[in-house]
Amino acid sequence: MEGTPVQNDWYFILLFVVLSPILAAVPMLINYLLGPRKPNFIKQQTYECGVETVGDAWVQFKVQYYIYALVFVIFDIEAVFLFPVAAAYGQLPLFAIGAAVLFILLLADGLAYAWGRGVLEWV
Amino acid sequence: MEFTPPEINLLIVAPVLIIMAAGSLGMVIDLFMPDGKKGWAVWLAAIGLLLALAQNIALWNGNYETFIPQNGVAMVVMDNFAIFLNATFLLTGLLVIPLSRSYLQRTGLEKPEYYMLLLFSISGMMLMGMANDLILVFLALEVLSIPLYIMCGMLWPRPESEESAMKYFLLGAFSSAIFVFGIALVYGATTTTAIPLIFDAVAANGLNAMIVTGLAFLMVGAGFKVAAVPFHMWTPDVYEGAPTPVTAFMSVGAKIAGFAALLRVLMLALPQASGEWVTAVAVLSTLTLIIGNVVAIRQGNIKRMLAYSSIAHAGYILIAVAAAADNPSAGVSSALFYMFAYLFTNLGAFGMVIALERNYGEGNLLDDFKGLAKRHPWLSLAMAYFMLSLTGIPPTGGFSAKFYVFGAAIEAELYWLVLIGVITSVISGYYYLRVVYLMYMFDGEGQLITGRALQFAVFVMAISTLVLGLFPEGLFNLTAEATLSATRLLAGG
Repeated sequence: MEGTPVQNDWYFILLFVVLSPILAAVPMLINYLLGPRKPNFIKQQTYECGVETVGDAWVQFKVQYYIYALVFVIFDIEAVFLFPVAAAYGQLPLFAIGAAVLFILLLADGLAYAWGRGVLEWV
Repeated sequence: MEFTPPEINLLIVAPVLIIMAAGSLGMVIDLFMPDGKKGWAVWLAAIGLLLALAQNIALWNGNYETFIPQNGVAMVVMDNFAIFLNATFLLTGLLVIPLSRSYLQRTGLEKPEYYMLLLFSISGMMLMGMANDLILVFLALEVLSIPLYIMCGMLWPRPESEESAMKYFLLGAFSSAIFVFGIALVYGATTTTAIPLIFDAVAANGLNAMIVTGLAFLMVGAGFKVAAVPFHMWTPDVYEGAPTPVTAFMSVGAKIAGFAALLRVLMLALPQASGEWVTAVAVLSTLTLIIGNVVAIRQGNIKRMLAYSSIAHAGYILIAVAAAADNPSAGVSSALFYMFAYLFTNLGAFGMVIALERNYGEGNLLDDFKGLAKRHPWLSLAMAYFMLSLTGIPPTGGFSAKFYVFGAAIEAELYWLVLIGVITSVISGYYYLRVVYLMYMFDGEGQLITGRALQFAVFVMAISTLVLGLFPEGLFNLTAEATLSATRLLAGG
């Protein structure tokens, strides 16, 4: 059966799937074959140089800005969605403007909710 | 280039808009209300659901279409099929609210967000029933799932609740990705995502390997949502860890929405591939029935038992889907009937589980049912009745539902599937009736915590199950009309 054009495009992806592991594997293989190996205790340490770690690495961080990041993503996307509306503003019917306004209002609702819940305060 | 907006009639999608507006409004009101007052959220949600239900029923027999882009194929259809499913989802919401109230108060969960998330999830389910485009099906799948992920984790300092939310989120995201990949493959083969146009493309050019692969991915994605074996692994853990009213809502709403997507894809987009999918559905159904029912026997926790029971019931609905390949009207309408009857029976059983749970996770064992009949004779009677209905013993809604499903399967000559269905029903009697046995034959300390709202809801569900058991014809005629409207839209292109 003749493939559709879409199917033919996929052969490139197949090529990538086959080639990319090879490209990654070959340098490692060369390194493994040619590199000299003289292990000693110091070399086997996790960090060959630097300061010894103090305490447990498994501690809790305060990642306060993750909510800012989440809110930012939403408004970032808002800007992308509003861009076509701004570009075509001159010829849009009233309905489309109404839809864009509603979209902004819904996001404002979300922002007001986040604000009211104290998400935007830096503790 | 001239911009032509799609043809939009907002009155047709008003049921969904009402629900979304009530949810958004609730988020704003919450900011201006003092912390002590939480009661308004229940009423806002209930009134929103009732208004949406009224508008939904008013659209019956309209066969409306809206959101029509330039190619002339509507993205949203409001046929009787969609209206019937919408009514199912709205009733689920209306019954979950009275079941939730007292549980939320005693677990300290009573936040307006709970009800608003419930509304958002229901709006996604409704969109699923109305979707006439695979992109919209995917959007609806996400709108219904994301609030559910949050609701599962609402008891968040509890590790079980967090585990439940995390597992559901990861597997849900994974299954969504598989589903969207299926859409991409179907689009690649037919250059469209509109369900009627996919049908036309297959009618014109026949099937090819890409469409069938896409179909397989779509079935796997939907299989996760409805918890069909072998895509059921998440179900027991998620159902056990989530707050019990959320479990009740998921086991009914999310499952029916998954079947709505499956029916739209299989029956309306790719019925010409029925030769390819009927065997797959029958095999899924067989596995689901056997594993769901057999593993349920071993469970000592009532929430896990009901989780496996809900897996098993997905198997019975899959029998109806398989029957729909040969006999669309009987298959689809019996699936709709089964889901409607299942809604009352299963929510009723969960109502009792909620009443028995003292704190989160306490009182969830089967042994906690011991001796309940002496202290709470009426509610125990209702629970016994729900268990009979889940087993499928007349006169219950569960019996009528199984009767129609098996009838459709026999007409479609799927005799061995019916045989497995009947045998596994008998097996299911063992674990359902054990609850009745424990309630009536033992002495125990168990106490139910009930409010008037919960008692009323359980009463309504018991009566509905009884009515569906004694007079199933009325509902069956409605499901038949719902099925007809969907198939007519298909024939009209």
